[in-house]
Amino acid sequence: MSIDISQFHDVFFEESFEGLAAMESSLLNLSMGSADAEEINTIFRAAHSIKGGAGTFGFIAIADFTHVMETLLDQMRNGDRDVTSDTINLLLDAVDVLQEMLTAAQQKIEFNDTRIATARLKLETMLNGHSSSRSESTERDHVISDQTAGDANKPCGWKISFKPHSHLLQTGNDPVRLFRELEMLGSLTVVIDDAQLPPFFDLEPEYCYLSWTLTLEGNVSKEDVLEVFEWVDEDCDLTIEPLNPDQQSSNMEPSLFEQHHQEDLIDDAELTSNESDLPERVNQASSQAKPLTQVVTSPTATSIRVGADRIDSLIDLVGELVITQSMLSQIGDNFTEDMLPKLIDGFAQLERNTREMQEAIMRIRMLPISFVFNRFPRLVHDMTAKTGKQVELKLSGEQTELDKTVMEKIGDPLVHLVRNSLDHGFETPEVRRAVGKKETGVLHLNAFHQGGNIIIEVTDDGAGLNDEKILNKAIERGLVHPDEALSPEKIHELIFLPGFSTADSVTDVSGRGVGMDVVRKNITSLGGSVTVVSTQGEGSTFTIRLPLTLAIMDGQTIQVSDQKYILPLISIIESLEIKNSDIKQVSGKGELYPLRDEYVPIIRLYDVFGLKPVITNLEDGLLVVVDAAESKVGLFIDDLLGQQQVVIKSLETNYRKVIGISGATILGDGTVALIIDVQGVVSLYKDPTLANIIITDVQAA
Amino acid sequence: MSELQQANAFLETPDDVEIVGEQYLSFILGDEDYGVDILRVQEIKAWQNVTQIPNTPHYVCGVMNLRGAIIPVVDLRRRFDMTPRPYTSTTVVIVLKVEGLTTRIVGIVVDAVSDAINVTDDMIRPAPDFGTYLDTRYIKGLVANGNNMMVLLNIDHLLSVEALG
Repeated sequence: MSIDISQFHDVFFEESFEGLAAMESSLLNLSMGSADAEEINTIFRAAHSIKGGAGTFGFIAIADFTHVMETLLDQMRNGDRDVTSDTINLLLDAVDVLQEMLTAAQQKIEFNDTRIATARLKLETMLNGHSSSRSESTERDHVISDQTAGDANKPCGWKISFKPHSHLLQTGNDPVRLFRELEMLGSLTVVIDDAQLPPFFDLEPEYCYLSWTLTLEGNVSKEDVLEVFEWVDEDCDLTIEPLNPDQQSSNMEPSLFEQHHQEDLIDDAELTSNESDLPERVNQASSQAKPLTQVVTSPTATSIRVGADRIDSLIDLVGELVITQSMLSQIGDNFTEDMLPKLIDGFAQLERNTREMQEAIMRIRMLPISFVFNRFPRLVHDMTAKTGKQVELKLSGEQTELDKTVMEKIGDPLVHLVRNSLDHGFETPEVRRAVGKKETGVLHLNAFHQGGNIIIEVTDDGAGLNDEKILNKAIERGLVHPDEALSPEKIHELIFLPGFSTADSVTDVSGRGVGMDVVRKNITSLGGSVTVVSTQGEGSTFTIRLPLTLAIMDGQTIQVSDQKYILPLISIIESLEIKNSDIKQVSGKGELYPLRDEYVPIIRLYDVFGLKPVITNLEDGLLVVVDAAESKVGLFIDDLLGQQQVVIKSLETNYRKVIGISGATILGDGTVALIIDVQGVVSLYKDPTLANIIITDVQAA
Repeated sequence: MSELQQANAFLETPDDVEIVGEQYLSFILGDEDYGVDILRVQEIKAWQNVTQIPNTPHYVCGVMNLRGAIIPVVDLRRRFDMTPRPYTSTTVVIVLKVEGLTTRIVGIVVDAVSDAINVTDDMIRPAPDFGTYLDTRYIKGLVANGNNMMVLLNIDHLLSVEALG
């Protein structure tokens, strides 16, 4: 009987990746020299779950590899081995290899065997004590080898009597799997006892009637054996006795036959059992691994875990919605005019229900930003090791929540910023000492909410941007005219231009000049912005501003000629009626409006969008002052209509990107309204030829 | 049965009819007959108000709400530089699936839908070559239909992302 277990592979991979993430962060948390029991346990548990899962699903290579790691971890857990930076780096390496193996298995591609072999060899070398670590650890190694020597004198095997209770199968455990795991420890002989097996007609397929006597030969500690039975020890009678050397051989011969016999029996039992509950059983088995790693989810996970309370509140809301609906349909069935107030009440209730439900669903999509931040300790650890710099990573605001879709897209730009900071920003300890700074630099990642935006700051106390170097580079590349006088802010802006890199040498970390412009492009495509503030010698701060969610936003409906558009409420600063006498002009064309202490350029939307104007006199319409990245502009429109929440739909799904339009939405009457992209409108105003450029690469992206 | 229901009935093949070759949905533009692969036709809709998209070619009427999806609508008369007709409630929009890098849904405005026609490969005559006088790359072939000639359209070409720019 074979169940198609490939359907559970996804769950296994997802959990394994979560496990790896947990291992990695715990490894990084382990302070050198001291073995924090809890951290080591976390790592050990994660490794153990992966090993178990891999064994179950037939990824033998992964199971084998994890087993070696586990042995090393076990020694650390028992205090037999010191936690040195060597060990940690080795284990981090192993985590990487494991990650690659899992990815390869997931994509069903062959994995580079030599890489596994090398990593495994390193682990085994460390295990066997040939590691070139300090004297104390060699001392430890002696102890270990003594122990192994001691083990050899002990009985070289175990006799295990395994009598499962009848409900063992229902708990999701499969004896065959246990035996397979035992087989990995040493040579295993299985003798079955089917005395309890009832006649076929009395046989209850979901019960386990069999018991086994197992003989395990080899250098195996009792703990290892117990560990195999860890999940089932409450559901069976288990006795484990040391094996007498002379007893070993006597059991050898009949074993093969017996084992086959036993497997056949199990197969029969499962065949008769209800098909439909089988997947569930396997599911239970794989879900046993869950509690260990529940807290951590890999940032690119395709599914999200949602708290039961959030689901419960959603169900309550759906309940209310159903009640409102039935109330409304009751009114509709025999409607008389005097029921009008009731009907209006009903609609008010419906509106409230809908809004609450929408909020509840949005909350489900919100995840704390720690999912993204989690990857940075490792990154900093690796990079500082590579560059010889000393950097301390500080994280704050990790609990700040943002939409899952935004989160998935912000990871790479953030990694880029952090790498840049580590590579270019921070000085080497010697330089830092020379300029009178602490040798260890501080890299601070901070996240917080501001209005409808989430702000992520990457701050370092390194050298800061070198204005002169940037300017020279820009002149060299012909991006700036040599005579041009630029303010420091303008100079800093230059680093976001394509093909710009000031790194003296191209390292494998950064310096290829494809950096900051991509970062800016990615963030802008999310409707956000990125800016930099830097003081030479003191450090730089990169600030990323992103909308909280990409799905729903508050919009202001506006009228322009015969068209209605939606303007994101967030970008509106104020709207005002203006007098023609206030308008200033530049060379008869550019119109400016003096708003307090600044001049705001006026953009006539009907012009930019090529519409037939209805209102051309500025006094008859309205000026909406909006925030376009760093500057303010005034959009001239016919009228403000109303505010509403709009669901953002993409124009690109069936059409293409249109400059000045960020998307579309469907209004209450079923018609489509376009959402204005303020920055796009500004660039269209500055360069009307942009409208003729078809942006097809968006399709491919 | 309303006209639209009749039109949509073309899209359902009766079980007892054996289909020879491929089926094409034919429609009329002025005096000319055109045909599109019926398997690409998602539905036939009555005209409803569309929202104009700024800075797009004149033959892109705008976007329409198709049960929550935003789809562009192309006026074929304008696309082929024929005299445009005002849109009325009897104007018909054929909603098509267009294959490219991605599958997109696009509506085309035509005068009227006429029939579903079986076309076998040997009936299809090659597209004429008018050189630079008339672009015929979007024509898959020509089919004689009684006294009339039906122009089979290659909608993937006609309605590609670039062509809708």
